[in-house]
Amino acid sequence: MRILLFGIAKDIAGAPVITAEGITSVAALRSWLYTKYPSLEQLRSLMIAVNKVYANDEDVLQPGDEVAVIPPVSGG
Amino acid sequence: MNKLIKIDSNVTVQQALDFVEGPDCGGVVVFSGNVRNVTKEKKVTRLFFECYEPMALLEMEKIADYTIEEMGVKRIAILHIVGEKQPGEVVVVIAVAAPHRAAAFDACEYAIDTLKETVPIWKKEYFEDGEVWVAAHP
Repeated sequence: MRILLFGIAKDIAGAPVITAEGITSVAALRSWLYTKYPSLEQLRSLMIAVNKVYANDEDVLQPGDEVAVIPPVSGG
Repeated sequence: MNKLIKIDSNVTVQQALDFVEGPDCGGVVVFSGNVRNVTKEKKVTRLFFECYEPMALLEMEKIADYTIEEMGVKRIAILHIVGEKQPGEVVVVIAVAAPHRAAAFDACEYAIDTLKETVPIWKKEYFEDGEVWVAAHP
């Protein structure tokens, strides 16, 4: 599964796109991210978007989903 | 067409106004968000904006739809830049037209407040001695 990263999350991971295998829920992805990149847990918030929509932790991930890591937004 | 949603390297107040104005609307409110030259008493030299464009456009559409469907707005333009900007330059423009001014004021405030909470756009502030992603940490 390809995971898109933006803003400070991209800086923390050191790449705009990372890949992960065998992750089937948003909650599992969140734990995987926090283990791999502990600095993500220090952020004010961390949202996951699935197919361009904000997801909840209990949402299921499918292999073809477009998954994105959304650190605190600061537009405007 | 009653909404103009756009992310580009440059946006102007005029293009937003031109889109929303019309003889059916007596109230037009425009918000322009510009780069401020100081944050917490530190001089800001420039800002950099990045966005998750396809999702940002969808979230901006949702805001526009809500103002039209629920707040009495006839036309709305929501424009945001990406890339680098200097102090004084325009970053975001929201223009709202409604038959009467109260709805236009309310919807314009709702639109900018919601944009800042939900639209996946990120701003990095550059100072003379470093840089920081805005609002990233508690």
